Formats: sequence, C-alpha cells, structure tokens
Amino acid sequence: MASALINVPPKAKRGEIIAIKTLISHQMETGFRHSETGVPIPRDIVTHFVASYNGEEIFSAQLFPAIAANPFITFYTIATVSGTIEFKWTGDNGFVATEQAKIIVE
Amino acid sequence: MHQPQRNSNRLATRRDTLRGALAAGAALPILSLHRATATPADMRAAIANVIGDVKLNVGRVKIEIPPLVENGNTVPCTVSVESPMTTEDYVKAIHVFNEKNPQPNVISARLGPRTGRASIATRIRLTDSQTVVAIGEMADGSFWSDSVSVIITLGACLENLI
Repeated sequence: MASALINVPPKAKRGEIIAIKTLISHQMETGFRHSETGVPIPRDIVTHFVASYNGEEIFSAQLFPAIAANPFITFYTIATVSGTIEFKWTGDNGFVATEQAKIIVE
Repeated sequence: MHQPQRNSNRLATRRDTLRGALAAGAALPILSLHRATATPADMRAAIANVIGDVKLNVGRVKIEIPPLVENGNTVPCTVSVESPMTTEDYVKAIHVFNEKNPQPNVISARLGPRTGRASIATRIRLTDSQTVVAIGEMADGSFWSDSVSVIITLGACLENLI
C-alpha cells in the first residue's frame, strides 16, 4: 500500500495562511523507459491530487510523468475553521490513496 | 559442382544478415531519440493548448530551480505568482512546461481565493539541460509567465533506454 506523509500545522489563527506539505510514495514510472531486454515499461503514475477542507476543494493538481518519484507537493491555504483537511491521490491502474489531517483554528 | 554454389548461397545470406543488422543498428538509436524528447515546438503547442489565443505576458510569475542540477531525477521547483488572492483577483492555475522531456507538460495546479498565497513547490524530472516555463492563469483570464534555464549533469528518464 502506498503511504502518504502530510505536514499540516495542528493549530492556526483564523485567517492565517498555512503551508501544507504532502508526499505520496509512488514510483511514478514514466512509460518512456525500457527494460534491459528492450521491452517498454508501461506508464504507472499518479495523475491527480486533490485537497479538500471540510469537504470543499481548496487545491488540485494534474501530474505528468515529469513529476519525480514519490510526488511531493507544497501549497498554501487560509485556515478558516477547525476541521479536517482531506487529501486524495488517484492514478494509473486504479491507484487511489487518501489521507487526512486535523486542524484547530482559534 | 554443387559445393561452390552452396558456399556462395551461404555467403549471400550472411551478407544480407549483416546488412540487415547494420541497418537495424543504425535505425534504432534514431528512432528512440525521436521518441525520447519533445522539442521547443512541442512545448509551444502544449502552452497554446492551455492558453489558447490569449497573449502570454512576461512577469508576475517567479519560477525557482537551482541553475545547476546534478541529478535530473529529482529537481526541486517552486513557482510563485504575485497576486492579492482576493475573491475577485486571484490565481486560477499554475502550469509548468519543459522543452526537452519526452512530454512537454510537468504539472497543472488549480488554485482559488482560498489558497491565500499563489505558490506551489514540487520535485520534477528533467532529462537534459533546458528551459522550464511556468505560467500563471489569473481570474481575469490573463496569462503571465517566467522561464528559467537549467543545466543538468545527469538526466532523468533515459537511463535504461539504450
């Protein structure tokens, strides 16, 4: 199973801009490489990443083979209310991974 | 009588085989090179796909990649766009393109007023020394860009190709 690493500050002031760092373990096989016997290795990458704050989408990204293995994405958001930030990665061959982080907004 | 004829036959086949092998050997690397890299024209086409007929302005966007990279497999890349990020004036999307990887697209990120700060960071693959372009798509429909040239000493993607 794929494992994800998330870095969300546990506490924030209302209206504060917080940095969110995400990393999903995935080989991101480009589909442009060949095995030692010359057989093309099929593409197997994470194609989409979505972050939702209490169910509302706040950030999404479409990824291409030019993203390095174990995709690492940092982005920002405004801490509005306490709740849960959910992260979802989807990709080739039915790849799905989810992770969530709690945040307390004062 | 039969012996020399058989010999010449065998020689002919051997020659043909050699010729075939040489031709294949010469053709293969060219084929893989063609498939392996996009061109600056491919990048322009990919950019046109995103921005359409709108004029691409230079400025407001800042792309940061170390100018000299040892390993093209993981290249840190940060893109920031100047914007107040209010409900009327915000950055809708950030796109990154390259000109020499097998595919010109790198990442397309969707942002909104709730993003607060229009900045993303990720790690990308670069197959060769090249120019990387970042484009910011504003809520008013305008597009802004910045580019950076990067020198790569060990490229990504192609290590198993030959």
